[in-house]
Amino acid sequence: MMRRLADGGLIDRSQELSVRVDGVRVPAHPGDTLASAALAAGGWLQTTSTVHGRPRGIMSAGAEEASALVQVEAPWSEPLVAAPAVEIPPQGLAASTLPGLRGRLTGDDEARHDRRHAHCDVLVVGAGQAGTAAAREAAGKGARVIVADRDFLPVDVDGDQVTVLIRTTAVGSYDDNFVVLVQRLSPERRRVWHVRAGEVVIATGAYERPLVFPGNDRPGVMLAGALRTYRERFAVAPERPAVFTNNDAGLDVARTLDAIVIDLRRGRTVVGTEAGPGGLAAVLVAPIDAPADAERVECDVLGVSGGFDPVLDLHRHRRGPVRWDDRRACFVPDGALTGQRVVGSAAGEGLPEVAAGWLLPGDEAAAYVDLHRDVTVADLRRAVDAGLSSIEHVKRYTLAGTGADQGRTAKTNASAISAELLGRRAGGVGTTTTRPPVEPVPFAVLAGRARGDRFDPVRTTPIHDWHVEQGAVFEDVGQWKRPWFYPRDGEDMDAAVLRECAAAREAVAMMDASTLGKIDVQGADAAEFLNRLYTNAMDTLKVGRGRYFLMCRADGMVFDDGVALRLAEDRFLTTTTTGNAAAVLDWMEEWLQTEWPQLQVRLTSVTDHWATFPVVGPRSRDVIGAVFGDLDVSNEAFPFMTWRDTSLDAVPVRVARVSFSGELAFEVNVNAWYAPALWERLLDAGRPYGITPYGTETMHVLRAEKGYPIIGQDTDGTVTPHDLGMAWAVSKKKPDFIGKRSFSRAENQNPLRKQLVGLLPVDRLTRLPEGSQIVEFCTDDALPPPPVPMLGHVTSSYRSAELGRTFALALVKAGQSRIGETLHVPVDGTLVPVEVTGSVLVDPEGARRDG
Amino acid sequence: MLLIPCPWCGPRDEIEFRYGGEAHVAYPADPPAVDDLELARYIFYRGNPKGRFQERWVHQQGCRRWFNLVRDTVTHEIAGSYLPGQGPPA
Repeated sequence: MMRRLADGGLIDRSQELSVRVDGVRVPAHPGDTLASAALAAGGWLQTTSTVHGRPRGIMSAGAEEASALVQVEAPWSEPLVAAPAVEIPPQGLAASTLPGLRGRLTGDDEARHDRRHAHCDVLVVGAGQAGTAAAREAAGKGARVIVADRDFLPVDVDGDQVTVLIRTTAVGSYDDNFVVLVQRLSPERRRVWHVRAGEVVIATGAYERPLVFPGNDRPGVMLAGALRTYRERFAVAPERPAVFTNNDAGLDVARTLDAIVIDLRRGRTVVGTEAGPGGLAAVLVAPIDAPADAERVECDVLGVSGGFDPVLDLHRHRRGPVRWDDRRACFVPDGALTGQRVVGSAAGEGLPEVAAGWLLPGDEAAAYVDLHRDVTVADLRRAVDAGLSSIEHVKRYTLAGTGADQGRTAKTNASAISAELLGRRAGGVGTTTTRPPVEPVPFAVLAGRARGDRFDPVRTTPIHDWHVEQGAVFEDVGQWKRPWFYPRDGEDMDAAVLRECAAAREAVAMMDASTLGKIDVQGADAAEFLNRLYTNAMDTLKVGRGRYFLMCRADGMVFDDGVALRLAEDRFLTTTTTGNAAAVLDWMEEWLQTEWPQLQVRLTSVTDHWATFPVVGPRSRDVIGAVFGDLDVSNEAFPFMTWRDTSLDAVPVRVARVSFSGELAFEVNVNAWYAPALWERLLDAGRPYGITPYGTETMHVLRAEKGYPIIGQDTDGTVTPHDLGMAWAVSKKKPDFIGKRSFSRAENQNPLRKQLVGLLPVDRLTRLPEGSQIVEFCTDDALPPPPVPMLGHVTSSYRSAELGRTFALALVKAGQSRIGETLHVPVDGTLVPVEVTGSVLVDPEGARRDG
Repeated sequence: MLLIPCPWCGPRDEIEFRYGGEAHVAYPADPPAVDDLELARYIFYRGNPKGRFQERWVHQQGCRRWFNLVRDTVTHEIAGSYLPGQGPPA
């Protein structure tokens, strides 16, 4: 049984800290870890193993721990934490041991984790002897140095430009010396450091690995070096220790602890262990060539040392090369990466020579290679017998090295024993890939403050507060919050949308379309530039007029649409789909900069500068006329697809006759600062006509009734203008524009391409779910056996106040030629018959747009 | 995380940039004249070498300018950046 010594160690015996494990009080002092406190109290944080349900306890004194993984419950909550790496904080600690080494996520991590970016000349990871020396040397030369160490012991490096980070783990190493550190600021809070370093010094030391013999998993068997650490640092020691080793380092520990020595190099091995009170009762020791001749050696704790493995995670994240070192029986760095050095025992320096021989005699089914995953030598033999000869395959087959401890103490044993089973030399099956993170990092820590409202910027229009006051229901469009509909006294969405649609078609309605993407295109070659990008002609557009346009990618597929207003000979204001504004600007910049740098054009996003309010419906002319007294709103003076500048109280306002509903409509644009005032003016003027604010759902219904596609909803990057029935928007006169050449590709001429059509459910009531598949009409009202040929899918689907029925838009193979046919749409196990129609269902003659 | 030398802004973190694929794939000089195979090569075909690669990047979160980069696709070592219309550094 381990017990606390009366003096010594780096603990403060004058203070008691409150620790509870599984509800039981465990005495602890500042300087203790959860593991050292548990051992000092005579316990092992004992629990049962994952698969075999065998008793397990603390086997290490560090982050390599494979068995004592606990659930920390207070003052923070985290599953599967290596108990030897848990510092007892001043406010104490509560933890529990979960059977089967399972973890449990509890509640939400509400701590304010944060993130910091830092640059330095030299980043030293690990503040042992080698790391401290490297940091001091760099600091002495005046370099900006960051030293990171995962432990909580003070680090003795000083200097004006030195930042020492303790309780800090380097969890990942990335290109160009970019290293991610996770620092514990307090028990609850952590900080993620993004460090870009001129040089990275990897001084992460080495982990001792166990020997693999029968019964090596029992509580009381631990790494020999851990015994020394507990004795010297925590003043916790066994009464009657033994040490089983194949190297001088183990022997050294045995001398320090005055332990019984079982030296593999002298032909003696352990063939079994016996449990006793508070640890072991005895181990069974036998000559390696006569394992049956075992003698019982009494001891309470057995330290084991099978050699050391340099900790090369950071080196390996960047695919730094390693080679097998036969003398020390471990993988060591085979050269360093650009701008990096591996030093100290991480480079293999000072590691002891290890005696050969990995497979020890005895029951292979009781000899554990991976204590966390319960993988035994018998499992490895089964894998090898099954024909697996790569360590990556053996790992996947046996799960050796895949546990929460990442197999730190298991990987080399698994590799070397597999090699020996295969009759190869140690190291002959290689080692497994190492990927970040080095240790588990909670998502909450990575997210830092970028969660909830701060996960992504939220964009609101200048009228947002009004929408909120009116009880609008919002929908997210990209980063924008847009009013979806405005329910009145208990209305549901359907009722509200039918009311809003009716107002737009019969009287007047208004929406906040300020989110519309807007790009100011200026320069002598502005018209030429847009001519090359858009499918239709822009050079022929007269100042004072606007034109609907389509834009394709080079493959001829529609990418965006909008309206371009020609403000001057050398200036256009173009719009984009709300969610596509950034992509469109990027696309335009790309062509301008990389293909046509000779064009004199400048592009500026003005989305947020202009608020945009479409005033829609047969009475919209009355409203606009009432608000802007100096504007002649007659159809003759202000025809469709023209714009006029006017002003209100000396504030400039631009009004455009643009319609996304097919109704008479005026799009009012004003500097965003004046938007709320203008919005109120328009509402006041519209009140006599019952002006109704409407949201995006009504906008969608109105445009769908007219067959106006939404790029990105009714299209998916495989749809040409011709597929949309918009050949009228494709210039035949222009010699070229982006996408034109692709229209004549054979596939683009395929008559079976999907085309945009309307669908009318025959029962007039079913609203087809968007995304529904469309199949041929099934005469016996049942789907044929699969695979059922699909004709297309529903892209938009609504209930129409104007039509008094439901309707949909859909992409259907050879859709234009199927108009008049009846097809089937499977919905929830039934087949809904639908009639194929043209896509324009309301006002196909376009009689309403002029009022 | 690459450290990318923007020719305008200097070395910046990779997250500020957007990748633009292989460089020097020019838009056809006379698109109506190219046959379908040439067109397909322009639109769809891109090199994917193991080793040095000339590629386009745009400093999206910075100056928003496009430029070219020579990067080793195996080691991620960057040999240098240069402006559109220029040839790669030796």
